[in-house]
Amino acid sequence: MRSLFACLVLAVVLGMGTCGQVIRIGVVGPMAYIQGEHQWYGATLAADEINAAGGIAIDGKTYTIELVRIDSNEMQPGPDAVSAVERAITAQKVDFLIGGFRTEAMLAMTEVAADYRTIFLIAGAADDGLLKGRVDKDYERYKYLFRVTPVRSTSLARVSFILLGEVMDAFRHELGIAEPRVAVIAEQAAWANQVVALVELMANAPLPFGLGGKHVGTWRPSALATSVAAELSAIERAGAHIVFTVFSGPVGVVFGRDWGRLQIPVAPVGINVEAQAQGWLTATGGFGAYMATVGIYAEGVAVTEKTLPFMARFRTKFGQIPLYTAGTYDTIYILADAIRRAGSLQADAVIQALEATDYVSTLGRVAFDELHDSIWGPGYVTGLGVQWQDGTKRGFWPRQWRPDPTAQPDLVVGYPGTVPYQIPPWVADHWRGAGE
Amino acid sequence: MGSAGPIGPAFPVIADILVNGLVRSGVYAMLALGFGLVFGVGRVLNLAHTAFYMVASYGILHFVTTGLGTPLAVTLTALGVIAVGLALYKFFIEPVREMESTVLIATLAVAILLQELILVLFGSEVRHVPAAFPGYTRIAGVRLGNQEMATLVLATISLIGTWLLLSRTRLGLAIRAAAQDREVANLMGINVNRVTAIVMALGFLLASLAGAAVAPLLPVEPRMWMHPLVIVLAAVVLGGLGSLKGSVIGAVILAFAEVLVVFLIPGGSYLRTAVALLIMVCVFLIRPEGLFGASATEER
Repeated sequence: MRSLFACLVLAVVLGMGTCGQVIRIGVVGPMAYIQGEHQWYGATLAADEINAAGGIAIDGKTYTIELVRIDSNEMQPGPDAVSAVERAITAQKVDFLIGGFRTEAMLAMTEVAADYRTIFLIAGAADDGLLKGRVDKDYERYKYLFRVTPVRSTSLARVSFILLGEVMDAFRHELGIAEPRVAVIAEQAAWANQVVALVELMANAPLPFGLGGKHVGTWRPSALATSVAAELSAIERAGAHIVFTVFSGPVGVVFGRDWGRLQIPVAPVGINVEAQAQGWLTATGGFGAYMATVGIYAEGVAVTEKTLPFMARFRTKFGQIPLYTAGTYDTIYILADAIRRAGSLQADAVIQALEATDYVSTLGRVAFDELHDSIWGPGYVTGLGVQWQDGTKRGFWPRQWRPDPTAQPDLVVGYPGTVPYQIPPWVADHWRGAGE
Repeated sequence: MGSAGPIGPAFPVIADILVNGLVRSGVYAMLALGFGLVFGVGRVLNLAHTAFYMVASYGILHFVTTGLGTPLAVTLTALGVIAVGLALYKFFIEPVREMESTVLIATLAVAILLQELILVLFGSEVRHVPAAFPGYTRIAGVRLGNQEMATLVLATISLIGTWLLLSRTRLGLAIRAAAQDREVANLMGINVNRVTAIVMALGFLLASLAGAAVAPLLPVEPRMWMHPLVIVLAAVVLGGLGSLKGSVIGAVILAFAEVLVVFLIPGGSYLRTAVALLIMVCVFLIRPEGLFGASATEER
């Protein structure tokens, strides 16, 4: 009995010791949805790896990472997200927050983080306004906010314009259509507004400054719409060759299924988060083949030396290709790196270390600009253009990308493993010989 | 928002609106019919109706995935949904049947219970039910999914079948009698509880058929019952509570309102449900009882 008691005391003492050497990181996301699920998966993979490798050493002490799953229920409007973050900070005592998805919810959640002076590394929400106009205008209040992934909306828009340009070029070269007509379909959400405004502007602008096409209309279904068949009929009727998509939520699946099912003769390209998921073809009943979107990960594409090993481990553990929200994996590593360099868990020291980040992640080289936003461009994070070909998500951009042919004519960017873009066969058949 | 209108002459756009509106009408009518029947005849405002449609969609998905043909999958699903529905009706709804507000809460609770159960069993990811009638046909230059056309046909058959059952059979007579006055019907020797259970079973059958017809057109996920519930409620109320004919016409009006918004205000297509509901409110300002509300008693 006495030895049992001694064991219990020892266990409690050891347990207390362990509690004192734990860094609690809250992973925020819509956990009932694939976007949140992958935020959690990415974070757990990184935390497990860091803990297995001995944790994080600070000032002679070793800390292990303990993750706290915070379901923000961001897909549905309401106060759940704010309550969840406040509870995580005050009751669950998290030291740091990572993740987030919907801009509308993130604006409120990051206010809570700023109130409690808790560092929040964004890994999932793209709107410029999460950092712009906050970190630059009121640094003292918002210095706790950083964004790892995705790159800001305007950079995402730039990537999606480049992809749109690639598809327009395919129409010009393969089908002889000199001025491809472009329709825009975008979910009604704050983050999409900037992208829509820019693409409407750029599509009509003449080459080489614009895309040299013709914008024929914009449709804005609800982010939770259950059918877009009428929108697609209208887009076909508008005579569009290409439809530029701006979807982050489930309506992306609805679009893919209705588009493929009705064989609408327009080639989709743009942003469709659901089309990045492993289950895309299953969710769309196989009708989502040839969907092209901005992406982060693609089969066999090595953005850095860390990309393919990460994807292999992710697939082995969770049986899926990671979504961009699984960028929580790199986020945890970037945070751990900053804590190590800071030698402290104190917020100001970690912020200073984060500001000096120069880290090669699975997404590319991550460094933060003065807005605490991940820098986009050649040599940093670029993102990928991905397309579903032969049942697999393949990368088609950057392949032979010349970011600045005038100033840097020799600069050509391409990642190993990318393949050419393919116009969906029924779209090509429909427009072949229609050269205008 | 630079929302340019569609290019081309007006007729093709009218054809688009007519064809798309008709197809969407079939989808909404299919969903509204069962709900309208259970309320109009059974006098039970069953907010769980679309949740049973959701369960039916998952049932069909499950059976089709295991390799059964669609007809057998639909039959097994319908039987299962009717069995589960009647059991839930017996335990949760029948004891409080006379208290309308309690029925509302109880059926909403049943809907959420079913949603959570499906979430546990199938997970949250979006699934796809294969279409029984794949492919599309061009009508008046408009691409029309064969499954949508089948839905329209099924909605029409269901409506006619239900009308024949209610107006041409002894069971229909008993159902209408029980709906008009339960006490008097009871005194006339009609087993009112049995008749109500039959009406509920019919409602569950229609929800299952809606699952078979509509599920291949919509994303299958545990919360898929919520949006249709709003539309179904709106259609039934717009048509006039208690009127089967009104439910279907309400569904048609809402469907056309939505399609008109998509084609005429493309940049505001997210407002389509809001505009449809606004039309409903405008109708109430003129006819608070709904379009066919006044004739409800007569119809029953």
